[in-house]
Amino acid sequence: MSSVLDDVVDPEALAPKRLGALFWICVGWLALNVLGAIFANVLPLVNPLYQNYNAINAGPSLHHWLGTDDLGRDILSRIVYGSRVSITVGIGAMVIGFGIGLPLGMLAAFRRGRLDSLLTAFMYVFLAFPAIIAVIAVLSFWTPRSLFKIIVVIGLASVPLVYRVIRTATLAVAARDFVTAAKVQGATDRRILVKELLPNIAPIAVSFLLIGVATVVTLEGVLAFLGLSVNPPTPSWGNMINESRTVMAQNPWLVLFPSLALCLFLLCLNFIGDRLRTYFDVTEVKL
Amino acid sequence: MLRYVLRRLTLLIGIVWVISVGSFYLIHLLPGDPATVILGTGASPANRAILYRQLGLNKPIIEQYFVWMGNILHGNLGTSFISETSVASTIRTALPIDVELIVLSQILAFAAAIPLAMRSARKPNGVLDRILSAGSFTLLSIPSFIIIVLLVLVVSIKLGIANTGPSSYVSLGSDWVVNLESLALPAFTLAVGSFVIYFRVLRSDLIATLQEEFITMARSKGLRQRRIMWRHAFRPSSVALLGAAGVNIGGLLAGGFVVEYLLGIPGLGYTLITGIASSDYLLVQGIVLVVSVGVVLINFVFDFIISVVDPRITRE
Repeated sequence: MSSVLDDVVDPEALAPKRLGALFWICVGWLALNVLGAIFANVLPLVNPLYQNYNAINAGPSLHHWLGTDDLGRDILSRIVYGSRVSITVGIGAMVIGFGIGLPLGMLAAFRRGRLDSLLTAFMYVFLAFPAIIAVIAVLSFWTPRSLFKIIVVIGLASVPLVYRVIRTATLAVAARDFVTAAKVQGATDRRILVKELLPNIAPIAVSFLLIGVATVVTLEGVLAFLGLSVNPPTPSWGNMINESRTVMAQNPWLVLFPSLALCLFLLCLNFIGDRLRTYFDVTEVKL
Repeated sequence: MLRYVLRRLTLLIGIVWVISVGSFYLIHLLPGDPATVILGTGASPANRAILYRQLGLNKPIIEQYFVWMGNILHGNLGTSFISETSVASTIRTALPIDVELIVLSQILAFAAAIPLAMRSARKPNGVLDRILSAGSFTLLSIPSFIIIVLLVLVVSIKLGIANTGPSSYVSLGSDWVVNLESLALPAFTLAVGSFVIYFRVLRSDLIATLQEEFITMARSKGLRQRRIMWRHAFRPSSVALLGAAGVNIGGLLAGGFVVEYLLGIPGLGYTLITGIASSDYLLVQGIVLVVSVGVVLINFVFDFIISVVDPRITRE
């Protein structure tokens, strides 16, 4: 699924030197999405809430590149503005998830002992709780809904997962000789955690972070599709798809374009995360 | 073995207890007096009194929990003030639909994933393997709610195939043909997501197993490829598959309902969403509790099956 080179030999043997063209195309696409989200109001886009009654359910045209929806709003503009919700939730939730899960996971794996067993037992109990049901339940009771609450709830729900990944990664590194060497030299715990352990688990953390963002964006999409995310008329990819349900027969574009935007975004995130993991695993073997 | 099962059982009880506390506390996340929120501001004093008695709202919170827990252990999840039916009976009519949907989707997913993974693993990096790996990776990035929307768009709207569109659901008892037709698209959608997971997990495990010496041994004895795959390689490679299946089936119970929502299939998920929309808090609380416990139970059962397939696990 990558470059032509892989055809010849086992990909693992040749891959380490390069990440492949597809990797950089994905990076470019994500960058485009993020820039679009940041500069949406500077870009020459129609107001996403402006209703053009002369073009209702119109197909793609020069005026409206991706057509208009059932209220005559420009689909392209709504997709670009809609990416703001997905990207904000994706990044915000992961900041919370990693902000809590990463230090706890590292500390537990480094200190071991009672702190570790207590934290791990606690996290495993929460891991057993189906996250999507917990998120939907809390969001349906904690009214009125807002973007902030969605980020907090999804972020907290991701903490046990982040904790587990980081703890496992740290355990492997903490047993290595250079950590013992640092301890023998009298380095403080804080120094070992930040200077020795953190750089070594960073590759795993980053690739997991990307896949985590993809998962969170999907979850926000599901919530929006069910009408539990930001309230209309604010566009988001999920609620555009949700709103298109009723006019699907007349205007298939309204379903297709937001779906495409969401899927491409997720595909790029997953691909980059997957690639990075293979890339760094190989380098680690070489160490 | 017994010790392993007992240890898992203790964990299970602990988790179910945490779930019960969590679900109980949901009502108290609501701003203001629960009775006002559940009944609305225009509630009659008689209804308020009934609710107060039902939830034990005038007692301290710890005691409320025990009142609530006692009711649940008697199978009483409360009576919805919106639909005026008991929550337990609503759940009893909705749950079988989810079970049917999950069973259908799992039959499809396993029927496709196991043979294809075996084919793929026989020649890693061969043409078929590369196509399937790339394809399954792409499918991994397409959320199920998009798959179902696109399927409905193509199959029931563009192609106009009857009984596949929104609100064409008929119960299994009244007409099983129409019932299967109306569940075809959602079952297929859930099957796609499951297939991707099962295929990827089984493929990589089979590739690893096929490098083992006992496979070389079986080959040198001249056993047929088919027999080697099914009798020798499949069982040791299926542990991760079973683990994935347990997590995935639990996930389908908890999150698979997204496909019900679009088509108006009255399973638990659809009932949950309509409950949220009509602020039917007791119903939402009941469904959250039942689904969470269900997911945990499914995981427990699969852990047990895994320990039967690979008894070494119990000795760790």
